[in-house]
Amino acid sequence: MAKYKNHILVCGGTGCRASQGEEIVQNLGKVIEENSLENEVQVVRTGCFGFCEKGPVVKMVPDNTFYVQVTPEDATEIVSEHLVKGRKVERLLYTDPETQERVSESKDMGFYKKQIRIALRNCGFINPENIDEYIARDGYAALGKVLTELTPEEAIKVIIDSGLRGRGGGGFPTGLKWDITRKVEAEQKYVVCNADEGDPGAFMDRSILEGDPHAVLEAMAINGYCTGATKGLIYIRAEYPLAISRLKIAINQAREYGLLGEDIFGTGFSFDVELRYGAGAFVCGEETSLIHSMEGLRGEPTVKPPFPSESGYKGMPTNVNNVETYANIPVIILEGAEWFSSIGTEKSKGTKVFALAGKVNNVGLIEVPMGTTLREVIFDIGGGIKDGKKFKAVQTGGPSGGCLTEKHLDIPIDYDNLLACGSMMGSGGMIVMDEDDCMVSVAKFYLDFTVEESCGKCAPCRIGNKRLYEMLDKLTEGKGTEEDLTLLRNLSNVIKDTSLCGLGQTSPNPVLSTMENFADEYEAHVRDGKCPAGQCKSLMQYVIEAEKCIGCTLCSRVCPVDAITGDKKEPHLISQETCIKCGACYEKCKFGAISIQ
Amino acid sequence: MADIKLPAGKVEELKEVCKKLGNEGGELINALHAAQELFGYLPAEVQELVANEMNVSVAHVYGVVTFYSFFSMIPKGEHPISICMGTACYVRGAEKVLDEFKRHLDVKVGETTPDGKFSISCLRCVGACGLAPVVTVGDKVYGRVAAEDVKGILEEYK
Repeated sequence: MAKYKNHILVCGGTGCRASQGEEIVQNLGKVIEENSLENEVQVVRTGCFGFCEKGPVVKMVPDNTFYVQVTPEDATEIVSEHLVKGRKVERLLYTDPETQERVSESKDMGFYKKQIRIALRNCGFINPENIDEYIARDGYAALGKVLTELTPEEAIKVIIDSGLRGRGGGGFPTGLKWDITRKVEAEQKYVVCNADEGDPGAFMDRSILEGDPHAVLEAMAINGYCTGATKGLIYIRAEYPLAISRLKIAINQAREYGLLGEDIFGTGFSFDVELRYGAGAFVCGEETSLIHSMEGLRGEPTVKPPFPSESGYKGMPTNVNNVETYANIPVIILEGAEWFSSIGTEKSKGTKVFALAGKVNNVGLIEVPMGTTLREVIFDIGGGIKDGKKFKAVQTGGPSGGCLTEKHLDIPIDYDNLLACGSMMGSGGMIVMDEDDCMVSVAKFYLDFTVEESCGKCAPCRIGNKRLYEMLDKLTEGKGTEEDLTLLRNLSNVIKDTSLCGLGQTSPNPVLSTMENFADEYEAHVRDGKCPAGQCKSLMQYVIEAEKCIGCTLCSRVCPVDAITGDKKEPHLISQETCIKCGACYEKCKFGAISIQ
Repeated sequence: MADIKLPAGKVEELKEVCKKLGNEGGELINALHAAQELFGYLPAEVQELVANEMNVSVAHVYGVVTFYSFFSMIPKGEHPISICMGTACYVRGAEKVLDEFKRHLDVKVGETTPDGKFSISCLRCVGACGLAPVVTVGDKVYGRVAAEDVKGILEEYK
């Protein structure tokens, strides 16, 4: 094997690939050859670094220089300056927004300082398509340890003692789930990995599978040994082609190395993994639905009990865990329960990965210890709100969660605290909203999602959510009444109490939490017929203030429907009949002459 | 029954796939994925074929096809346009972008233009939230799209 002096790590996550990450890799390769450095420098496609806002990201090893927003054209300079002359390419370094200083290493960036990476430990470090790199970072050592040193009971005890809880949303103690599956007697048991990441705005599972697929395979094998299962199934969204292809490569490599298949490590233990594809149904994140979908049926949930741990896939005991949960397992086995449980809060141990997105400066994938506050996440790691606007709300838990506000910013994030505030951990989506976001519209957005994704099996979810959506739509049209608000709250509670599965039991959360935290905004829609955030189209109009307008014609040029008229250097006018309220003029006007009324 | 004549080669190919899957109902979703890959969409004729091969009723196949949003019974346009309507893209203005596509092409979400060139669909999170709002046309990803960029994007494909 060639020994390279330098490695150039290029982020190969979906986000960075979408902004020409692949071309960067190719150009780097070309320039390296032109400089005859191919025996000294290796270009590696890694998993997601997390700092998606500044992608594509390129990291130089061994000196850890972290280049951001790299373009394919920068390849020449990176090679000629950094590698040949040993000088950093200053203009590609990250600029600290506060000090305006260039920062060259990720550990000194606000975005990374407060993070502890356990589940994401290998993302952005290794080439996910090369099993040797995983093994070099203690990969499969945990499986070896479990198989050769521990009994299934001992291994499960480590997981129970670590305090690890399910990262898919519910937060059920992982070790207990394993123990229940182990205790059921059956001819065949199954280990399932839930990679049906349906929460719009959450992409941690995909990033783990793309960046560190072997961690999941190893954990599933450990689970198999503990529960007595010999077959593993990964239920993955068909919309994740990159994750699927990396998983396939990983499974084949693990089989070649004898880490999956018959008689692993010569211990007589056999375990193999297959992929099953989802087809776009949010409800399939619910474990009974997921199992039905794997059986070739419509992904409708069934009443629990029986729990999948007792009767799941093909009626056999099935242990279902989420991707992030599995990614924690190998480290816990190697480092011990005590180490893991020293991180986090009393009832929520370890770390949690969040997909931080929305109106925040540093969009990306982050991993923080449980107990970190929302303020630290949004302002220290996230770098605050975009364009200097005011923070308004943060939505956690996706369509099942709620909107939290200013007063919740200092609450330590864990499963129980979020539930107490009327939201939930969920899979870890975290969407930040600013003063321009209308909370009624946000609730409507989520209900639109739920209505589309409700499987239709039970009436409260199928009909109730549709009625909720209609009422919210009425409010945003300015046709709501006081009575609607009462009805909205009552119906929400009924849906929560009577729905069959987790989808319906949590779908009114966005409504209830916004009604609770932004009551005045709901009232403004009803009583004053106004949308304070200026987002509801029926309740607003764009108007040009003649005294501020200098007649630069910019607005009339961006207007897609030619609703703005006026001569050069004369105040312009918006025709309210033609205007489609797209807001293009409002965003473009440099003189603040366009206002929302 | 058959209004559309399915190309014989593809029919054979699909039968081959179904055989590999053991002609067993439990593998129905995998069979449908393969069928959609082959034919581009799942018209009634293809569903009947799959039902026969996988030994399940046509009603069952139809039930599954209509349940999952990934399966489509309408052919997509030559350049399928998908607008990400994940929450991150939504709060960064994806709705305005979608409205603009609808207005320019004069079709609704899930429809194809009469000339078969463009179709519009909504996605739930591509996972490129750093680039929000995101639009994909075929395999090409457009990031940080604003309503006024829409016209230019469409021009590229005309």
